Amino acid sequence: MEHYHMNLTLKVWRQKNNAAQGKLESYQVKDISSEMSFLEMFDVLNEQLIAEGKEPIAFDHDCREGICGMCSMYINGQAHGPWQKNTTCQLHMRAFKDGDTIVVEPWRSKAFPVIKDLVVDRSSFDRVIQAGGYISVNTGNAVDANAIPIDKKDADDAFMAAACIGCGACVATCKNGSAMLFVGAKVSQLSLLPQGHPERETRVLNMVAQMDKEGFGNCTNTYACEAECPKGISVANIARLNAEFLKAGLKSE
Amino acid sequence: MTWKQLFSSSIGRKFTMGFTGIFLILFLIVHAGLNACIFLNDHGDTFEAAAHFMSHNWIMRFLEIGLFAGLITHIIQGLMLWMQNNKARPVQYQFNQPSKNSKWYSRSMGILGTLLLLFLVMHLSHFYVQTKMSLYGFAPEKTPADGSHNVLFYEMKEVFSHNWIVALYLIGVISLFWHLFHGFQSAFQTLGLHHKKYSPLINKAGLIYAIIICLLFALMPVSMFMGWIA
Repeated sequence: MEHYHMNLTLKVWRQKNNAAQGKLESYQVKDISSEMSFLEMFDVLNEQLIAEGKEPIAFDHDCREGICGMCSMYINGQAHGPWQKNTTCQLHMRAFKDGDTIVVEPWRSKAFPVIKDLVVDRSSFDRVIQAGGYISVNTGNAVDANAIPIDKKDADDAFMAAACIGCGACVATCKNGSAMLFVGAKVSQLSLLPQGHPERETRVLNMVAQMDKEGFGNCTNTYACEAECPKGISVANIARLNAEFLKAGLKSE
Repeated sequence: MTWKQLFSSSIGRKFTMGFTGIFLILFLIVHAGLNACIFLNDHGDTFEAAAHFMSHNWIMRFLEIGLFAGLITHIIQGLMLWMQNNKARPVQYQFNQPSKNSKWYSRSMGILGTLLLLFLVMHLSHFYVQTKMSLYGFAPEKTPADGSHNVLFYEMKEVFSHNWIVALYLIGVISLFWHLFHGFQSAFQTLGLHHKKYSPLINKAGLIYAIIICLLFALMPVSMFMGWIA
């Protein structure tokens, strides 16, 4: 692919803290390489802001390899930007052309309050996991991994669900701010496997109860979450969540 | 988990929407099938007999209570979900491109539903209130000008002789099509059915169902207005 340089106008959401009123600020960046990642372009912008004596833009990032789920930018009206099955850190500047204007906003959800600029607090996801996204295992020697036979399809489906990196793009994208793709994936990866069976029913009930408590919205099956998920988590996991919840809810006393 | 906890949870509410949705989908088959009797072009004789059967036996009257209960539940639950969903995103995006990841009708169920509700108010005032008033003796039964006993058929011809009413009915039917097209497959997903083999079939069945039902409903006012039905 041909290498080129570009000048861009960035409109970035600036917000001092959670209580402050935020707004979009315009910035110019020059001579950006098409081979840079989106976050590297932000590094350039921040260097520029620091040199000008201005406050750099706060944004979340960690591995920059597309596996940690930390980066979280709503770029030009899409979670993680224009590329499919891709995180912000793996979005490269060749997705844009010279003279483009790019709007960057934080995830917007009641359950993800803005901490500063583009950084949001996603600990609501942690509390959903704490409510039941685990299995109880006795301490002692590690059990032989192959001691329990597992159907290949179940293993594959559980693995596909476990690919969720918990970035929150599903919530950010959903018009209802629903977290059901995330919770569906986390419930599925455990309920499909024999190790997850002892807590199967209490898990789904507790995780959904916590999800509701955090103020996430309700799924209306637009499937926008699946389309924007960087790991391509299937909405089949939402159907499984629904079925698991209804079965457990009707059975429970 | 109590019943209250179950049905006030997010998935419980979705279940209520899906379940009542499927119930209303089944009702529309009966409604469209029965009304399609006008296409026999027998001055409404078959249609009137079928309508008479539906309104003059207690089983159907009893089921009608269920129909209204299902409809009202679907509306109220939909409104409550809409309010909850609005609260889930207090600050909107300055720039958003939802068309990049989802279909417009899947995002517009609330608006389509509201249009349907407005349509329904008009529709019931045209055909339901009058018939029920005269059935229970609150209003005199209308007698058709041609001296026949096909009261409801005559009423239809009368209502559908106005072009603006026909236009409003067509808007209602178009709203219904998109509402059903998304709602049909959405209901199965909500009830927990997502399957490599069955889901594509359900999606196709939903499309075929929506086309047939809406085509039948659209043809009723149009054919009466155009005078295709004697």
